[in-house]
Amino acid sequence: MARAVSNRRKALVTICAWAVGIAIFFPILWTVLTSFKTEAEAIASPPSFLFFDWTLENYSTVQERSDYFRHFSNSVIISFGSTLLGLLIAIPAAWSMAFVPGKRTKDVLMWMLSTKMLPPVGVLIPIYLLFRDTGLLDTRVGLVMVLTLINLPIIVWMLFTYFREIPGEILEAARMDGAELWSEIIYVLTPMAVPGIASTLLLNIILSWNEAFWTLNLTAVDAAPLTAFIASYSSPEGLFYAKLSAASTMAIAPILIIGWFSQKQLVRGLTFGAVK
Amino acid sequence: MATQHSRAAARLMISPAVLLLLGWMIIPLSMTLYFSFLRYNLLIPGMEEWTGWTNYEFFLTDPAFFAALTNTLLLVGGVLLITIIGGVLLALLLDQPFWGQGIVRILVIAPFFVMPTVSALVWKNMFMNPVNGLFAYFAKFLGLQPFDFLSHAPLFSIILIVAWQWLPFATLILLTALQSLDSEQLEAAEMDGANFLNRFVFIMVPHLARSITVVILIQTIFLLSVFAEILVTTNGGPGYASTNLTYLIYAQSLLQFDVGGGSAGGVVAIILANIVAIFLMRMIGKNLEA
Repeated sequence: MARAVSNRRKALVTICAWAVGIAIFFPILWTVLTSFKTEAEAIASPPSFLFFDWTLENYSTVQERSDYFRHFSNSVIISFGSTLLGLLIAIPAAWSMAFVPGKRTKDVLMWMLSTKMLPPVGVLIPIYLLFRDTGLLDTRVGLVMVLTLINLPIIVWMLFTYFREIPGEILEAARMDGAELWSEIIYVLTPMAVPGIASTLLLNIILSWNEAFWTLNLTAVDAAPLTAFIASYSSPEGLFYAKLSAASTMAIAPILIIGWFSQKQLVRGLTFGAVK
Repeated sequence: MATQHSRAAARLMISPAVLLLLGWMIIPLSMTLYFSFLRYNLLIPGMEEWTGWTNYEFFLTDPAFFAALTNTLLLVGGVLLITIIGGVLLALLLDQPFWGQGIVRILVIAPFFVMPTVSALVWKNMFMNPVNGLFAYFAKFLGLQPFDFLSHAPLFSIILIVAWQWLPFATLILLTALQSLDSEQLEAAEMDGANFLNRFVFIMVPHLARSITVVILIQTIFLLSVFAEILVTTNGGPGYASTNLTYLIYAQSLLQFDVGGGSAGGVVAIILANIVAIFLMRMIGKNLEA
């Protein structure tokens, strides 16, 4: 039986929790608010919180000056491209490891995970030189390839932990009924696997969208996604707070929304199933 | 029982993933290893020659290496300390019943979804700037001298920024672990007269120990590679004050074009990361058997 909690205690906890929550969220809130101010109001002292002349001017300036939409579409292509390609490669692999486990399945899984432990800077030079010599530097294709490879272990692992929970008896029953391998996958497995695939998709889009080592080092102009777009504000435009805020808000808003939807899967995905 | 037929199919389905990852591991790694024994600078092409261990000697005896190694350890250690302590406290708070749990959870998790370049620039300019930043405003309001965070305490400032990004991750995992704790066990302990401190030390901490280990190991893997936050705030400076190993190797490779030296540094970074990785793999491997 649950213990009845006094309302006074609950009210106290509510106040504390909200105060901490707002404090942690404050930098994001402040950025969004500042993006609607004029540059003069953005650095006004004392800072105005809500009572200022709201303007959308910064958003149009950011689009005009640094072409937000081009970077946005690069981010979309790179993160969705690498995630979908990764899923295409990982789904069959995770399926076979979950349902037809062999003697070496565990070793293969652990080895895949170990490739994720490779620090990116350890292979920066070879990848940079290979990309330079094959004309892949500053191309979206090149980035899709790299991000697919660095996220592949996470995708395989996440799918594996989801697929493992699908009871094998169902597959055996289908097999008894004479289902072929492929009809087994399409009619029996797919409907049960869709939720797991969807969470894997969301988490990997977030990870690729925010990836800021390879995207900063392998792009210059043409393929630069939003991470690089924001980095270009580091100086001296960074001192124009309202424009920096507008650019930042536009860079994080899409993924913040996706992120809130997938927060439940986050723990499981990022701990490789070690914490559920 | 799996048939011969499905075994062959399974092997076929797993091979693209295995081959790709094998290529991704072996090709660049062997290139890094090979380059690390060459005198090779992109500015003087065609002069490559075998130099044995010279690059390693230069890299490991460079004072910048020790500065970077110390900074890497401070950065990883500092962020872990803040996120673990903060995460446990936050998880304990959010585990209590209160009004608006869903919304507060969303507010707390948000920083994790902010890309590193955005969080670094927002903190650097809008909060830590000594003239127009919000911290400077509060300092002046209290009659204090504004503090120039990024010039006088660059590493500490970066630790704060990175900790803000990773606090949600630690909180979320520890909260998930707390929620899986059997509430009857806690109630029984309370009935027997255990106060909160006793319940925390003897029931919650042992239960959280595994999750804390997972948080430490996973965060360490990511924190060893912190890069964008340093690039857009301090560029590793002043001097080497905020250069970590990743940034040092980046600077040597792509700013000074020293392929040989950068590769030797890369090999050192790989060895260090592997030491952490071994522990993490053991933890996850155990879980796989369960």
